Amino acid sequence: MREKTLCTIVTFLTPTDAMAFECFAGQHDLPGRLIPVPSAVSAGCGICWCAPHEEAGALGALKAANTLAIEAIYTLLI
Amino acid sequence: MIYLDNAATTVKKPPAVIESVTAALTCMGSANRAAHDISLSASRIVYEARGKLAAMFSCDAERVVFTANATEALNIAVHGVLKPGDHALTTDWEHNSVLRPLYRLERDSQVGLSFAPADSAGSIDYADFERFLQPDTRAIICTHASNLTGDMFDLGRIGELAKTRDILFIVDASQTAGIFPLDMKRFGIDILCFTGHKSLLGPQGVGGLAIGSGVDIAPWKVGGTGMDTFNHDQPQAYPERLEAGTLNAHGIAGLSAALDFIHDTGMQAIRMKEQALADRFYQGIKDLPQVTCYGDFSRERAPIVSLNIGTTDSGTISAELADAFGIATRPGGHCAPRLHEALGTKQQGAVRFSFSWFNTADETDAAIEAIRYLATE
Repeated sequence: MREKTLCTIVTFLTPTDAMAFECFAGQHDLPGRLIPVPSAVSAGCGICWCAPHEEAGALGALKAANTLAIEAIYTLLI
Repeated sequence: MIYLDNAATTVKKPPAVIESVTAALTCMGSANRAAHDISLSASRIVYEARGKLAAMFSCDAERVVFTANATEALNIAVHGVLKPGDHALTTDWEHNSVLRPLYRLERDSQVGLSFAPADSAGSIDYADFERFLQPDTRAIICTHASNLTGDMFDLGRIGELAKTRDILFIVDASQTAGIFPLDMKRFGIDILCFTGHKSLLGPQGVGGLAIGSGVDIAPWKVGGTGMDTFNHDQPQAYPERLEAGTLNAHGIAGLSAALDFIHDTGMQAIRMKEQALADRFYQGIKDLPQVTCYGDFSRERAPIVSLNIGTTDSGTISAELADAFGIATRPGGHCAPRLHEALGTKQQGAVRFSFSWFNTADETDAAIEAIRYLATE
């Protein structure tokens, strides 16, 4: 297993919202990628955005701007 | 064979549609179910297609819901908004994909039903839409264009009436999506139901609903959505709320390529060519002896011309066109029973010629000559 690192996790209400975020991230050169939702956040299935921890501020600002359907932001060691 | 049954399904597709479906079949996983590249490639294509449809219909991408076809979309819409005690207004032009869900709700769920009637020429008086509204009318449900005659409703006019009465406006755009502008906001449409395999030029097995903001539809089917696994109930967020089960991502990939083709070619150019071919055909056969055409040819219309020759059964004419002239048409009732009753063609049916972007003037002329021969032999 690879070494765990501190990451910023962005969750969404729906997979479609996650795809919309991935599209936005690609257009704005936001680092990160879609991964399965960690069980520490939610049991079950789903996809979320995983970004380096340094991006927490920028992602928090995106959530505050309320233009993208971001459900929540977490900091996790994964 | 000369294919003039495009109102049933367009057989000739843009090459990119076939290439896209083939590519999807070789490498595409299940959309919205996992975060590996094979699944995400499907999710990305589905998301892109939502965006293209949202742009075409002027709605939000997350409110584009994929179904198997327009019939499923109409069932979801009708069953999802009408409750016992509600009244619905529809028209004599409707296809059974509208009529049968409504008849069932009328019979089993105490939903009241009224029809804006067609006269013997197939025309419907717009004043009847207002005349048949009731205090408990929940929705007006109507087609954009009759699949039998090609006659079209002025959606803006009906949408305005619906808005002033706070009534939902549900439109069946099976014959017009892809060739006519369908701006939901401009026309006051709350729910637009479409199929991908007719004038949208995509593969069979894909259709959908575009849902206006603020409109809620109770889920007709429930099941897996790739999210909220331990919730006993269907998630409420769109589009997953109405998309239980694995999507036809292979078909959606083809539809997405077809949407690109329509965008690049130009919806207006496609419409004008199809209408020109239909008009060329109509002008060539309308004055032939024994030929009766159905519908109003003085207004803008979908590229459909339906006719009969004398009292000959429409199936006989259609079979002769196929066997002797190699021309594919659709005879019979076209799943439009009420309009046939209005036109007096319940027994005879009608022979429908319907044109697509891929038809030619030569093919149209061959169809004219075939009808000339059959009408005068």
